[in-house]
Amino acid sequence: MNYKIVLHTLGRVLLLEALLMLLPLSVALIYGEDPLPFIIAIADAASVGFLLAKLGTEKSGTLYAREGFAIVSFSWIGISLIGALPFALSGEIPSYIDAFFETVSGFTTTGASILTDVESLSRGMLFWRSFTHWIGGMGVLVFITAIADKTPDRSVNILRAEMPGHSVDKLMPKTGSTAKILYRIYIALTVLEAVFLLCGGMPVFDSIVHALGTAGTGGFGIKSDSIASYSNYLQWIITVFMLLFGVSFNVYYLALLGKWRGIAKQNELWVYLSLAVICTAIVTVNISSIYGNLSDCLRLAAFQVSSLLTTTGFATADFNAWPQLSKAVLFVLMFCGGCMGSTAGGLKISRITVLFSHIRNELRRALRPRNVSAIRLNGRYLDAEAANGVTAYFALYIAVICAVFILISFEPFGMETNLSAAVSCVNNIGPGFGLVGPASSFADYSAFSKLVLSAAMLMGRLEMYPLLLTFALRRAK
Amino acid sequence: MKTVTVGCGKVGSAIIKSLSEEGHEVVAVDSDKAAVEAVTDSFDVMGVCASGTDFETLRDIGMKDTELFIASTGSDELNMLSCLLAKRMGARHTAARIRDTGSSAAGTAFIKSELQLDLMINPELLTAQAIFNLLKYPAAVKSETFTRRSFEMAELIVKPDSALDGALLSELRAKNRIPFLICAVLRDKKPVIPNGSFRLHAGDKIGIIAQPEDLQRLLKGLGILGKRSRYIMVLGASRIAARLSEMLLKSGNSVKIIEKDRDKCNALCEYLPDSASVICGDGTSHELLSEEGIDRTDAFVALTGMDEENILVSFYALSRGVSNVIAKVNRCGYGEISRSLGLDCLVSPKSITADLITSYARALENSVGSQVETLYSLLDGQFEALEFRVCDSFLGCGISIKNLRLRPDILIAGIIRGSEKIIPCGDDIIMPEDKVIVISSGLKLCDLSEILL
Repeated sequence: MNYKIVLHTLGRVLLLEALLMLLPLSVALIYGEDPLPFIIAIADAASVGFLLAKLGTEKSGTLYAREGFAIVSFSWIGISLIGALPFALSGEIPSYIDAFFETVSGFTTTGASILTDVESLSRGMLFWRSFTHWIGGMGVLVFITAIADKTPDRSVNILRAEMPGHSVDKLMPKTGSTAKILYRIYIALTVLEAVFLLCGGMPVFDSIVHALGTAGTGGFGIKSDSIASYSNYLQWIITVFMLLFGVSFNVYYLALLGKWRGIAKQNELWVYLSLAVICTAIVTVNISSIYGNLSDCLRLAAFQVSSLLTTTGFATADFNAWPQLSKAVLFVLMFCGGCMGSTAGGLKISRITVLFSHIRNELRRALRPRNVSAIRLNGRYLDAEAANGVTAYFALYIAVICAVFILISFEPFGMETNLSAAVSCVNNIGPGFGLVGPASSFADYSAFSKLVLSAAMLMGRLEMYPLLLTFALRRAK
Repeated sequence: MKTVTVGCGKVGSAIIKSLSEEGHEVVAVDSDKAAVEAVTDSFDVMGVCASGTDFETLRDIGMKDTELFIASTGSDELNMLSCLLAKRMGARHTAARIRDTGSSAAGTAFIKSELQLDLMINPELLTAQAIFNLLKYPAAVKSETFTRRSFEMAELIVKPDSALDGALLSELRAKNRIPFLICAVLRDKKPVIPNGSFRLHAGDKIGIIAQPEDLQRLLKGLGILGKRSRYIMVLGASRIAARLSEMLLKSGNSVKIIEKDRDKCNALCEYLPDSASVICGDGTSHELLSEEGIDRTDAFVALTGMDEENILVSFYALSRGVSNVIAKVNRCGYGEISRSLGLDCLVSPKSITADLITSYARALENSVGSQVETLYSLLDGQFEALEFRVCDSFLGCGISIKNLRLRPDILIAGIIRGSEKIIPCGDDIIMPEDKVIVISSGLKLCDLSEILL
């Protein structure tokens, strides 16, 4: 293992975090709040970052997949440890473990909160909470790659470890320019949403915070009832943008280049959109007995379906109180996630399409043993190796959910709560069912369970392998 | 600069490596998925798994903004076709690897103009030329020729107790009336640009530049030129062997080629004049080598397709007292090991090709200023020798070299003015329309003005 390059990159990530924390600091200053927690956290991040960057060197040896995984794991843990400082120092989240959980939940774009009263938080903290979603959505190392003027040869290994998805399609020949394009699209969409929300009459601060939360498919709100108290127009805007951020950024790049035929080939996109439409229809019909008014039903159903499908986790209704069928549909949607190459978490639609093609082929083979059939994804042929990779990932994903579920099951909250908490954290959604539903929080869990769930969120965001390979399998030879 | 490379084999990946190190944007195309993945895993390039003649692939990559399109697959026809397609679709410059062009220069020129190729690369021919140059200076590890044979550069290793061991450079230059320059030294793997007060040690790897007619006399004068190779044994009847034997025979050497495969022997016999002697047998067998007179040969060149075989047989030849042994290797890893064991002379077709492409790309990048005409990487790639044409805008024109504020890591090693060739000293001046040879270490020079502080 080339520790020097790992340390150096980790140092640069922390320095970047110090830089990014200047934004919540200025928000705190604008609203006349105590800037001290942010100043201390920035000083810490900067000094530790500087020290680590000096300890390691950039030019020592090469960056193999192993270093890529280690850099990503350590960076995400590092930024969460430092990012929790403002919450803990200000006393707004007194326990450091709670603050850590909240920060991990932020960076992994989960949106699971331990806060029982969000509205009591100061503006600076609220902004930082949502800003972590935005940073974590596209990835902090992708950001570093985007702003670095020269990237090392194997830097694609970092991108691979951090970007959600089983294959990173480079949009441009150079990793740096690919990262730049991704961030440009990301920033443009975020600004667009903020503008739409502003036009709908949402206050400036609220629009920015919600745009950041939607962009990262995070889900931290600033009100106890999440989005429910905003107007219908604003709810629809957020619904549409949640769905937009669940779409692969490759699609936007193709659209920018005017390659519409390329978009037509993206079967993942069509499966994703039809899934959203079908589920919305089922839920709309199912909840019509409660709300009566069809337009309300449609709005609430569409919002909740998009929120859980894209793993955002905003809510406009307490779906805990909905009929069983709707709850079942929403629970299953929690596994799906958005498209590969978006900011969404979960299993990803493309993996699901590959798994179903795999099942279809196996069934055909059972019937006609000599049958040979192909698996296609977005118009491209997938070889057996790639398909096996997806199956293995699925098995690992289920295993991790099971492990988390068992580890937190000594908590006396019942099966529905614990299982949905595990699923929600691994898939980076936020709210679950039962006691962790949209109207309540994770506050009642013990410190141990919070750490387990934090680990689960990190595993889910980084798609299992980096953390597993860095910590669990390091000694295994 | 956007470049596209079709073919990610041995030659292709060497080209991709050097282009990506130069900072160009590289798109790598190959129909073999594993080959594409090997390249995208190692270098910061974009991989496309498709055929290089596929219209849709080329269109999606975007030929209009492609500055340099290189086709380096193993198939000449595919390379020709994809270069032609790329050119018609708007690629600015195309370069094709073409191994079989026949031996006539007219045929080569015809293909080049008809296919609108800007560069035709024949790695085998380039390698044969490199080996031929090496055989000319038996003490050298490598030798290079600059434009129109104006200067030649030889790389050699200072042997203990030779005339060079312990010599001060200024004294060496004063003693010899022949103008020459020791322009680069590699000591303990560290590059040094030497000045007059530099003292050579045994084990140093040095680069000497001089005029072609002087270099041989100079090396002889210094007592380091061994016996000129007359009897040369070549192992393996590859394309390189055929081209090399042809050149050697033309310049009056005696060549013996040993090859296992009878069909290949027959084909070689047909290609070469009767003065060549072709032996059908296993070249790794010691008895056969002895029988064919390895003890009496001056030079031994191992050119089989197997690196391991080449290196091992070369060691055997060294142990039998052959003074000049050259081995072809494709993998760089073996090079280092065998150098450390005493086999200094290694040639690698892929790095020779990559050097050529690199210099071509660097010349393209700068089409306005004083552009690069030729580029060689010297002494294990630690130094670069570049040939620039001086344009009027160069600020150093008309000032004597000792008064120029030059960067510390560069050296002006030669000036060509019309038919005049100057090994410069402090009083010489650079004039517009000159050609200048610059040695640099650790820099990627694109323009002559970069040599000034």
